[in-house]
Amino acid sequence: MADNTVLLGHGSGGQMMKRLIDEVFLEAFGSPELLEGNDAGVGELPGTGRIAMSCDSFVVTPPFFPGGDIGRLAVCGTVNDVATSGARVRYLSCGFILEEGYPLDDLRTIVRSMADAAREAGVRIVTGDTKVVGRGSADGVYISTAGVGEVPCGVNLSGANCRPGDVVLVSGTLGDHGIAVMSTREGLAFATDIQSDAAPLNHLIAAAMDAAPHARCFRDPTRGGLASTLNEFADASGVAIEVDEDAIPVRPEVRGACEMLGYDPLQVANEGKMVAVVPAEEAQAALEAMRGAPYGENAAIIGRVLELDPGREAHVRVRTGWGATRILDMLVGEQLPRIC
Amino acid sequence: MCLAVPGKIVSMTQDGSAVADMLGARREVSLRLVPDAALGDYVLVHAGFAIQVIDPQEAAETIALMRELDELVEEELPGAAGDRA
Amino acid sequence: MSAVSGPQAAAIDFSAFRDPGLARDLIARIRGAVGNRSINLMEVCGTHTMSIGRFGFRSVMPAGLRLLSGPGCPVCVTANRDIDRAIAIARIEGVTIATFGDMMRVPGSTSSLAAEKAAGRDVRIVYSPLDALRIAEDEPGRQVVFVSVGFETTTPAIAACLLDAAERNLANFSMLCANKLTPPALRAIADDPQTRIDGFILPGHVSTITGLAPYRFLVDEFGLPGAVTGFEPVDILASIELLVRMIIDGTPDIVNAYRRGVNADGNPTARALTEQVFETVGATWRGLGELCASGLRIREEYACYDAQRRFDVHVEPTQEPRGCRCGDVLRGRIAPDTCPLFGHACTPEHPVGPCMVSSEGSCAAYHRYRV
Repeated sequence: MADNTVLLGHGSGGQMMKRLIDEVFLEAFGSPELLEGNDAGVGELPGTGRIAMSCDSFVVTPPFFPGGDIGRLAVCGTVNDVATSGARVRYLSCGFILEEGYPLDDLRTIVRSMADAAREAGVRIVTGDTKVVGRGSADGVYISTAGVGEVPCGVNLSGANCRPGDVVLVSGTLGDHGIAVMSTREGLAFATDIQSDAAPLNHLIAAAMDAAPHARCFRDPTRGGLASTLNEFADASGVAIEVDEDAIPVRPEVRGACEMLGYDPLQVANEGKMVAVVPAEEAQAALEAMRGAPYGENAAIIGRVLELDPGREAHVRVRTGWGATRILDMLVGEQLPRIC
Repeated sequence: MCLAVPGKIVSMTQDGSAVADMLGARREVSLRLVPDAALGDYVLVHAGFAIQVIDPQEAAETIALMRELDELVEEELPGAAGDRA
Repeated sequence: MSAVSGPQAAAIDFSAFRDPGLARDLIARIRGAVGNRSINLMEVCGTHTMSIGRFGFRSVMPAGLRLLSGPGCPVCVTANRDIDRAIAIARIEGVTIATFGDMMRVPGSTSSLAAEKAAGRDVRIVYSPLDALRIAEDEPGRQVVFVSVGFETTTPAIAACLLDAAERNLANFSMLCANKLTPPALRAIADDPQTRIDGFILPGHVSTITGLAPYRFLVDEFGLPGAVTGFEPVDILASIELLVRMIIDGTPDIVNAYRRGVNADGNPTARALTEQVFETVGATWRGLGELCASGLRIREEYACYDAQRRFDVHVEPTQEPRGCRCGDVLRGRIAPDTCPLFGHACTPEHPVGPCMVSSEGSCAAYHRYRV
C-alpha cells in the first residue's frame, strides 16, 4: 500500500479500507476468527458453546440526523453485526469518548436513544466506559460498542458459504441512511422526507433463519452499500453474483437525490437493512418471513449466485432491464458528489 | 459534462430562486438562467441552477414517435423479438 | 429500480426514457442496421461516458460498432499546471478552497486537492458555486476561492455566481477558472488523421446552452453527422440508431435527439451571462495541447474576482506522469485497457492520470464497469 498517512477514503467501506484492514490489521492480528472475514468473530467457549462478538465505533457527523442519532446507530449497528452470525444477541458494552464542552442535554438524548434501541432489540447494556478529551480533539461524541451472543449449535453462517444457484435477497429499500445523512451536510444540503433507516434487525434475521434453515449468510450493507457487501460475499465464496437492477428497491426520493449528486444508490450506506443469501428452494420462504418481520416490509429477491466462468475473477454484476450487464465494483475511497 | 436532472418547481421566492423537487429530494435552485420559468414547470437542474425549462410537449412527442417506430420493428427486423431478454 | 410508494406522480413521465422494452427494441434496431459493418461513434461528454458504462451498452452493441470516449471530461482535460495552481493557492494561510467533488482526487504534478485536505488545508466540497458564495458570506475571515472547471453547461452558472459576488461586493471571494469550450475539441478530433470517427454523440446539456449552430461545421467541413443526445438509456440508444442510419445512408446532419431539453437556439440568457463575464482565449488541454479560442478567462472588468490575478503564487514546475497515455485515450486513439499502465500502475485507487481518477473519465468508467 503506497499511502503514508491515513486518508478519509480508508474509512469509507470500499477498496481502500479493505487494503488498510488486510495490510495493517490482519497482517498483525491474523486470528483464525478474523481471517473468516465476517462481521462478527465466532469463537469457542470451552464447555459452553460458541459465542459471537462484534464491535463498532460511531463517529458520524452530524450526531443527530433525520430519523435517528448516533446513539441509535451505535446500538443497532452492533446488534446487527452480531446477529449476522446467527447468534441470539444478548449483551452490549459501550464506551464514550466525549469532547469537552459537549452539551449534556444532547448526550442525554443520545443515551435515551440507545436505551430505546436496546429495549427494542431485546439486549442489555451491561458495561461501559467514559473518557473526556479536550475541546477540538473529538467531534462532539464518539461511541464504541461491542456485543456478544450465543451461536446455536449447527449454525455456521459465513460470507464464504455462497454457492452457484443460491438466491440473493435484501430486506428493504436501499440508500435511505446515506442520503438522510447527506441531506444535512454543509455544501450539499437538500430537503427530503427520507429518514435514516437505522434499526435492529436481529428479530428479522431470526425469522428468516427459521424459514430458511440453510441460509448461507447475512450482512448489513453499511459503508460502501450493497456493492461492498456483495463483493465481500463474491470474493469470500469465489463466485459471481448477479443482481437485477429493476428488482432492487430504492425509494424515488433516494433515486432523485442520487441522480442530482451523481451517486450510485447501490454504493450508499444503509443502517437498517440486511442482505441475505439463501438456497434457491428456501428463497420464497425467506422472503415471506422477512416481509412479515419488523423493518422487512419491502424485502425483495434481487439476484442470484452464479458459477465463475473459467479464468474470471470473483465479481458482482448488474443486469439492466434491457439485458445489458455491467460490473458493480466496490467503492474506491469516499463517494464524492459530482457535477459532470 | 454535465450532470443535470429534471426537477419540478414547487415554490418560488422573490429573489429569483425556487425550490425544485427531484422525485422528492428538494433543493433551492437559482432561476437566473431561466427568468421565464414558472411555478409548476419542469427544469433541468445543474450545480444549483435551472439551465432550461423542459418542454413537456416535446417529451411526450419524442416518446410517442419512438413507440410508433417501435411497431415497425417486427416488420423491419424479423427475429428482433428474439433479442428481448 | 423498482419504485416504492413515493410522492405524487410527475406530469412528465420521465420513466418512459428508461423503458426497458423500448430500450431492447432500439438495441435490436441498431444491431439490424449495423450488421457486419465497422462504425466508430464518439461521445464527448463525461456524463455520457458514465451513462454508457452504467447502462452496460457495450455488452449489447454489435461487434463492429465501437463507442469511443473523447475529451468530454472537463476534469480530465484540465492541464496539470491549472491543478498545480489551485493546490498552490490552497496552501496559502487563510484560504478556503471550495470545489466540485469531481476535482478532489485529480492528480496534479505532485499532489491533489484531496491530498492537500488530508494534509490539513481547508478544502471543501460544494454542489453549487453558490454554496461557495455562502461560505464566503458566513466566514468573512476566510479568503474563499472557488475552483471552476467545466464546459458550456456549467459556465453560465459560474458567470451568474461571479455577478452575484460582484453585486454583493464580496471582498473575500474569487474564482480560479479553467473552463473550456466544446467545439474546438470536436474539431481537433475530426481533424486528427490518427482517429477515424464516423459520427458524434453530441453532449445534451452543453447543447442546452449552445443550441445546434456550433456543430454545423462537422457536417459542412468534415461530412460528419452528430446527434444531440440526452442521458437516459432510450435517449442514447435512439441517438446511436439515428447516427448509424445517417452514416449508412451517407446523409450527415446535426440532429436534435434531445428535444425536451434542447432548443435549436439553446439558452440565449445563459450565453449572454457567459459573454458578460468571460472572454475567449487559447487554452492548454491535456491530450490535445494548445487549442486556440478554446478556453475562457474572466474579463478585466471583473479581475478582482479572478483568483489567478489576486493570488501571486509560485506554481511548481509541471510534471507529466511517466507513461501516462491519457492524451491518446482522450483522443480516442487507444482504448483505456490498451494503455500499459491500465489496471497495474494506474487504478482507481492509485490513479496516475486524470482519466482514471475522474469519476467520469474514460479509464475510470472502463475500470469500474468493465464495459
